[in-house]
Amino acid sequence: MSTPALELSGLKKSFGKAEIIRGIDLSIGKAERHAIIGPNGAGKSTLFNLITARFAPTAGTVKLHGENLAGLEPFQINRKGLSRSFQITNIFPKMSVFENIRCALLWSNGYKYSFWNIVNRQRQLSEQADAILDQINLLGRRDLPAGTLSYAEQRALEIGITIAGGADVIMLDEPTAGMSHSETDYITDLIMKVTEGKTLIMVEHDMGVVFGLADRISVLVYGEIIATGKPEDVRGDAKVQEAYLGAALEEEH
Amino acid sequence: MNEQLKTDPTKPAQRMRAGGMTITLLPWIIAIIAMLLLPKIFTNNSALTIMNQMSITIIFALAYNMLLGQGGMLSFGHAVYAGVGGFFCMHIMNMSDFFAAMPLPILPLFGGLFGMGLALIVGAFSTRSAGTVFAMISLGVGELIAASSVIVVAFFGGEEGISGDRTYAQPFFGVEFLQQEEVYYLTAAWVIISAALMYAWSRTPVGRMANAVRDNPERAEFLGYSARWVRYYSFVASGFFAGVSGGLFAINYEILTEENLNAYSSGIILLVTFLGGVGFFFGPIIGAIVFTLVQTVLSLQTELWAFYAGSLFVATVMFFPGGLAGLIMMHVPAIKLGKWRLLIVPYFKTLLPAAIGILGLCALIEMIFHYRHGATGDNEMTLFWTTFDSHTIMPWIIAGAIAAIGIGIAKMTAPDLKDAWNEANTMGGQS
Repeated sequence: MSTPALELSGLKKSFGKAEIIRGIDLSIGKAERHAIIGPNGAGKSTLFNLITARFAPTAGTVKLHGENLAGLEPFQINRKGLSRSFQITNIFPKMSVFENIRCALLWSNGYKYSFWNIVNRQRQLSEQADAILDQINLLGRRDLPAGTLSYAEQRALEIGITIAGGADVIMLDEPTAGMSHSETDYITDLIMKVTEGKTLIMVEHDMGVVFGLADRISVLVYGEIIATGKPEDVRGDAKVQEAYLGAALEEEH
Repeated sequence: MNEQLKTDPTKPAQRMRAGGMTITLLPWIIAIIAMLLLPKIFTNNSALTIMNQMSITIIFALAYNMLLGQGGMLSFGHAVYAGVGGFFCMHIMNMSDFFAAMPLPILPLFGGLFGMGLALIVGAFSTRSAGTVFAMISLGVGELIAASSVIVVAFFGGEEGISGDRTYAQPFFGVEFLQQEEVYYLTAAWVIISAALMYAWSRTPVGRMANAVRDNPERAEFLGYSARWVRYYSFVASGFFAGVSGGLFAINYEILTEENLNAYSSGIILLVTFLGGVGFFFGPIIGAIVFTLVQTVLSLQTELWAFYAGSLFVATVMFFPGGLAGLIMMHVPAIKLGKWRLLIVPYFKTLLPAAIGILGLCALIEMIFHYRHGATGDNEMTLFWTTFDSHTIMPWIIAGAIAAIGIGIAKMTAPDLKDAWNEANTMGGQS
């Protein structure tokens, strides 16, 4: 069996006495689309922050392609091919849409901290940025400050920034939060398109999106994963129905 | 029409960023030509000294804006990098054998290298975070080095400072820099080179990421960039150009003292940069020119020049957070729409009375100052080419009336100006 793209073992996080993540073991394979669902306050965003080293775990390990990420800074993890978006839109609001994407491309294109290249002269870089803008349907907004875009457009831009660096593990934190139906459809199609062949891990509340996108689903309740499996298995799981899904499904009908 | 014009004209800050720092070449060429011709127009030495001071301030302010405007780092102690660079240059000037073999124009390069050296050391711990922590460290380090000037007398020369003679350098193509005009062209050349290099810096990957880290350090970290390293590179580069300005100071004044290091100088450069506008590359240049003029020309006219400079600064910060550069760039949409002509008459109607009213206000301030501080028996004062007795009532009434009427008219016509402004920034309609 090949090494999983992402492997969590015994992952724990406490803030003071409050245990938010209480021992998570999870293995996500290459090119798998994995959704993490669960009620509010279950610790989904905290789990994301642990994986990407925004927080340091209290115990346990995170392995990316078999490599332990302990002690690495977010920028080092990013360079290893893991990229994430945020629940609260996290872009560069004062810079143009184009520049947002271009900044996301710089490191992976090997520009690093160089001060001997003029970025505007790097035609390949601009073409790459435009190609991504085209992919996320924001080419028409290219030169506007990112902060002036509509909410859905900013979320799309956030996804664009996340995928631009060419990471093979993409983590999206509630990409459709706060969106209308049509906007949700637009973002779902977008995610499908841009994560083709990549490992996707997403936190999502919208069950339509989850069941439409995910190969496998994990249900997180009070800091523990109570079930992992194919969408239809999870849907049928008694524990899940009791803890979470039942209420949510009833609401939908 | 162009999409860019849709941004809200009432929010200059927003549009300011929309334009970014893209500038066409023409204004720069005009500026360089003007720079080369100025000494042919203003030939006396005091004018040349003022222009040299301007050039030095331009480089320093641009260097400072690499931190403040582009990197989001507010420094309260940046004068030490210019100062230390200048002190090293002074010591090089005093190393007679070495200096005699060196052409003077390359001396500022050494200033830059030593300024950069200090920035390499200080930046290693100060750039760990931006914001308040960075500001406080910069203040502390600034005070520390300024205080060293009276402790490390061998290097800083104590209270008298260190002086030298630039003419001991190896003649540069026969030029010995005895004339002020020769020094002017040396300084001007460094301004052009430094400004071009600093502009180029802002276009490089690390320069672009400085903007990204300024806006959202966390996001930048998740794009593979360490916010700390990005800040560090900006800091070191800024230290280099600050040092260059210090080297030019050494050449121009041939003396450096504690004043080149202290918090006052650091505060002034913050003021200059902010006055000019931190959001545009050319902002600090305008700030340096305006501030130097206020500092030199106005200070010849009135003892209260610092009061006026302070008022100008406060007014700028309050009403035009984009600085003078922001004020200029506010007009770009109207020009692009071809409707800027609509603004001429309303500007004339509002700004002229306002200016007269403000001059009336200044007259009142000057009279109060004279009344309180003039020598006993010396009741005569001269203001705007008029000599009068400040202890009689009439001049007060006249000045008060001018101030009230001028500002009153400006207030009355202000709504028309606002309408004209909105009209000029709206697409369509008659142009």
